[in-house]
Amino acid sequence: MIVTDETIEYVAALAKLDLTDEEKARAKVDLGNILDYVEKMNELDTEGVEPMSHVFPYNNVFRDDVVTNGADPDSILKNAPQVKDGGFAVPPTFD
Amino acid sequence: MSREYETVIGLEVHCELSTKTKIFCGCSTEFGGAPNTHVCPVCAGMPGTLPVLNRKVVDFALAACLALNCHITQHCKFDRKNYFYPDLPKAYQISQLYLPIGRNGHVDIETENGTKSIGIHEIHMEEDAGKLIHDQWDDTTIVDYNRCGVPLIEIVSEPDMRSADEVIAYLEKLRRTLQYLGVSDCRMQEGSIRADINLSVRPVGEEKLGTRTEMKNMNSFKAIARAIAAETDRQIEVIEDGGSVTQETRRWDDNKGASYAMRSKEDAQDYRYFPDPDLPPVFISDEWIEKTKDAQPEFREEKCARFVSQYSLPEKDALLLTDSVRMADLFEETAKISKKPREAANWLMVEAMRLVKEQGDGDASKMDFSPAHLARLIDLLGQGTINRAGAREVFEHIFAEDVDPDSYIKDHGLAIENDSDALGKVIDQVIAANPKSVGDYKAGKKKAVGFLVGQTMKAMKGKADPAAVNKMIVSRLEK
Repeated sequence: MIVTDETIEYVAALAKLDLTDEEKARAKVDLGNILDYVEKMNELDTEGVEPMSHVFPYNNVFRDDVVTNGADPDSILKNAPQVKDGGFAVPPTFD
Repeated sequence: MSREYETVIGLEVHCELSTKTKIFCGCSTEFGGAPNTHVCPVCAGMPGTLPVLNRKVVDFALAACLALNCHITQHCKFDRKNYFYPDLPKAYQISQLYLPIGRNGHVDIETENGTKSIGIHEIHMEEDAGKLIHDQWDDTTIVDYNRCGVPLIEIVSEPDMRSADEVIAYLEKLRRTLQYLGVSDCRMQEGSIRADINLSVRPVGEEKLGTRTEMKNMNSFKAIARAIAAETDRQIEVIEDGGSVTQETRRWDDNKGASYAMRSKEDAQDYRYFPDPDLPPVFISDEWIEKTKDAQPEFREEKCARFVSQYSLPEKDALLLTDSVRMADLFEETAKISKKPREAANWLMVEAMRLVKEQGDGDASKMDFSPAHLARLIDLLGQGTINRAGAREVFEHIFAEDVDPDSYIKDHGLAIENDSDALGKVIDQVIAANPKSVGDYKAGKKKAVGFLVGQTMKAMKGKADPAAVNKMIVSRLEK
């Protein structure tokens, strides 16, 4: 399947990736192959087959509503690029 | 304006569920903790962690769906909504797109033209995002993930509302229903209920819907009413000027009384939903539904009707007492213990509501005192142990600190001295010291007794029952 430049650039933008021209060319081939493969599965007759939403035959895996995690902001903030006033400091955003 | 327009409004309402823990991990949901103190690797989005669904979230969402007359999706599941923004550390929100827990519901609201049914398109479960605080000083954004992962239900209405009054009636109805169910405290100022407004206008008589905008960031009913009025006017103006409304998300600024278009969360708004592979599906059995139905409480309409018939209250009073389930429970408990429903109702409607407005944020559901204390106060007042002014003082302390009325009255010497020798002595002194008033009274100016009562009350420092004092003075003067 032919993947257009626009599609590659759109998908890259959604994934926050900055691709070089070479990477774009390679991604076009790879994505095309993936789509071909999915297309192949479409050839199967799935009439009357329930759509599967999960690979394991389980449902209703629950936990009880009990607090089990103690406050440990220091270890959580260890992963912050920058800490300010007890929070993760990130580049300015607006909503 | 050459044409008349109609406003068409649909609401997306997010309610935080009152569970103790988050939807997918055992972190506390308590409001107002220090930043990032209710955060664990799961809700911080660490690689390799596994979310596990809190059963109570399904219980609560199911109860809400049934109360709002939804069809239940018995096989339901969770999906990932992908977007890149620092309020969600996983870069996706776990939500429900394909199989939301409830669909096709409705609620009745009271409008000036009678009862109106508002359709509920769907109700789904999802996790809340973190809070972003913008630091103007050094131009950074600070992220607090305490709220990240707090369970929400999103209630999406049909575009069935036509005015701000209908929107507010609908929101009040949702708030009451969810509070009565005990599934959410629905406090707008704390953000535990938030409404996004989808609004469009069309010429009256037109069938086709106009282009809608979505408005966010209203944190009071008044702000919602103002935002609806302003957005209606703005859209009509755009159309009258020959333009067309752009479909966009706008942020309401209540101080400025205006909204402005928000920069979208992503340049391309494409959430790429797909089923969340970390979470097995949820199956809601017939038994689960029946059990939840059986556990539904008495809602406001029934409770109000019962209060009218059982306690002979006027409907106006019953409506006020049932506005929040907290108030209704306080009333009923107090009435049961004191056996004086009228008195219980009056204390709550007058004194308690006054204090709620003066000392709190007007939210009666936050009242926290024991009905036994109010019932005892009603008894003490009825027995004449205390006068009404003193009782009001005691009640203020019951309301604020839930004090025991007996010990408060004792500690503060508020008990009145009924017909005691001390009171009689004081009255004799007052009569002796005020010959003019006594003379006026005897000359037929019956009103003069009021001055003598006042003097007595002053001498008693308020610790007497004015009616009893009046009687005693009159009996002495008539001798």
